[in-house]
Amino acid sequence: MADTTNTSAPTLVAAQAAAPTLEVRNLQTHFFTRAGVVKAVNDVSFTIGRGKVLGLVGESGSGKTVTGFSIMKLIDPPGRIVGGSILFQGRDLATLSEEEMRTLRGNRIAMIFQDPMMTLNPVLRIDTQMIETVQAHEKVSDADARARARDALGMVGIPSPDERLKSYPHQFSGGMRQRVAIAIALLHRPDLIVADEPTTALDVTIQGQILAEVQKLCATTGTAMLWITHDLSVVAGLADDIAVMYAGRVVEYGDVGEVLDAPLHPYTHGLIGSVPSRNKRGVPLRQIPGMTPSLLNLPEGCSFRARCPRAAEDCIVMPTLHPWLPNRLARCHHPHLEEVESA
Amino acid sequence: MSVYLLRRLIQAAGVVLAMSIIVFVGVFAIGDPVEILISPDADQMERERAIAALGLDLPLWQQYLIFLGKAVQGDLGRSFVFNEPALELILQRMPATLELAFAATFGAILIGLPLGLYAGLKPNSLASKGIMAGSILGFSLPTFWVGLMLIMVFAVQLGWLPSTGRGETVEILGTRWSFLTWDGLTHLAMPALNLALFKISLVIRLTRAGVRETMLMDYVKFARAKGLSPFRVTFVHVFKNILIPVVTVTGLEFGSTIAFSVVTESIFAWPGMGKLIIDSINVLDRPVIVAYLMIVVLMFITINLVVDLMYSVLDPRVRLDSK
Repeated sequence: MADTTNTSAPTLVAAQAAAPTLEVRNLQTHFFTRAGVVKAVNDVSFTIGRGKVLGLVGESGSGKTVTGFSIMKLIDPPGRIVGGSILFQGRDLATLSEEEMRTLRGNRIAMIFQDPMMTLNPVLRIDTQMIETVQAHEKVSDADARARARDALGMVGIPSPDERLKSYPHQFSGGMRQRVAIAIALLHRPDLIVADEPTTALDVTIQGQILAEVQKLCATTGTAMLWITHDLSVVAGLADDIAVMYAGRVVEYGDVGEVLDAPLHPYTHGLIGSVPSRNKRGVPLRQIPGMTPSLLNLPEGCSFRARCPRAAEDCIVMPTLHPWLPNRLARCHHPHLEEVESA
Repeated sequence: MSVYLLRRLIQAAGVVLAMSIIVFVGVFAIGDPVEILISPDADQMERERAIAALGLDLPLWQQYLIFLGKAVQGDLGRSFVFNEPALELILQRMPATLELAFAATFGAILIGLPLGLYAGLKPNSLASKGIMAGSILGFSLPTFWVGLMLIMVFAVQLGWLPSTGRGETVEILGTRWSFLTWDGLTHLAMPALNLALFKISLVIRLTRAGVRETMLMDYVKFARAKGLSPFRVTFVHVFKNILIPVVTVTGLEFGSTIAFSVVTESIFAWPGMGKLIIDSINVLDRPVIVAYLMIVVLMFITINLVVDLMYSVLDPRVRLDSK
């Protein structure tokens, strides 16, 4: 008995140290509405290592945001995580109680929201909203918490943080508010940040500044990041890996450079083709025909089948996320392999 | 801030002036007090002397100007019936009415806020549905009927609470208060509840709507994502936001509470301003009616100003000097 504990304990620690920061396996989050079950997230898997950035890409309604909130376990009824596991440093978040989860939220796992105009409480001062975050997880005096808040504001590039702490959110611009939100997310030096389109609501110059700072922070602190966006150019510059979502499923997953250069899945192909770029000047942009299917009643087989130029009869069977190439996965029976070989 | 206040005060003076004209003309139109005040046996000479003494022989505009001139000096005329200054008469009764109105307002907040909060946080529970159904009753049942029912149940059948008067009072700062003695409190309970019923329903509905709306906001979700306890999310992040509409509306409602107290005071024989105005209307005691209405107008204006100032304290986005 003593032997087993002696031998197993170090291996367990070793396994945890080696475990990636986040490993999502077959996550399923459904919303049980009156009209029926909305399968917003319906089989999503990915892994993010320490200090790595994963770009989660997809169009509106593909389930990116629900995936993010599922990891935070902030899905409100009628929504519910119905299957899969969310392994955070080896611990399955899906099985944690609400109180255990609360101690992780904002502490080890932080989140940045899409609309900076809405994420800060309009009637509370910035210092209140920052200090309460510090004190939610650590017993520190008001003065120490304030000092931490001030340092965090300085870190995200907010000038004269002491004065700004006493301001209300409406006294900040959108970009500044997002910096405050990021500063709040950084207060406890989290191991994972879930960023839900944090730069979408900002203008391009501010976006660039924030991206650069986030990248720097991830590299220096070893924080892993899930960056949810529909903007492929942001992902190209920021992420290490990319996961493309369509109708609640990950359809393509791999190294960001390889995927964007030679996508395997016809949907990724179409998505990249519809982005304007310099070498396509004068050429009409390609569109993906049709519309995203309703998540309420998904078609049988591959969800992209109806819009896919390469669809064949066997697409009536849902394909699995198959490793077609080393470190390249695609959920497709007829991936664009020939282009990878030619490239 | 001071510029804002000054502008509000000038506006208030305009409102008071306009109101005084409307009240004066309106009261003149509802009837001739001479018929009620002077005994039918009086001969022509006596009648004319009485009319002249009351100043009723002059044309309306002259009566108004005399009233205005005296009003500026703080004299709102003498009661025809009591032969006492109307203002004094009303001010004597005012503490009783204010006591009732404050008791009703605090009661409404103390009962309405927790119930509304519960109904907003657990909208599908049976208790919440019961609360909401009850609030519809509170809105729609007429005050006088509820008052009579309260008396019937608690005073007549159960005999728990007295049905009339203020009970034992304690004198503080020259006025008498009921809420400081047990006997006074038992007298206060029923009329205050009666007057509060509508406001309780209002506060419940406002709070519930506020909670339901605020809970969906991103900043609430962000507060949860920061790992705050559910208690702090509810009582700091949500609560501070719903206080804005609740304080505004209950504040503004305070004026109507005083106005509504006319009915409640009559039913429970509460010796306040409302009872005085009803009695005065019955005998066409013009100066008292005019003085009462002027005071109520002033109160409304003051309440509105106070609410605006409080609003700016609660909601940092509204800073009065910035406009």
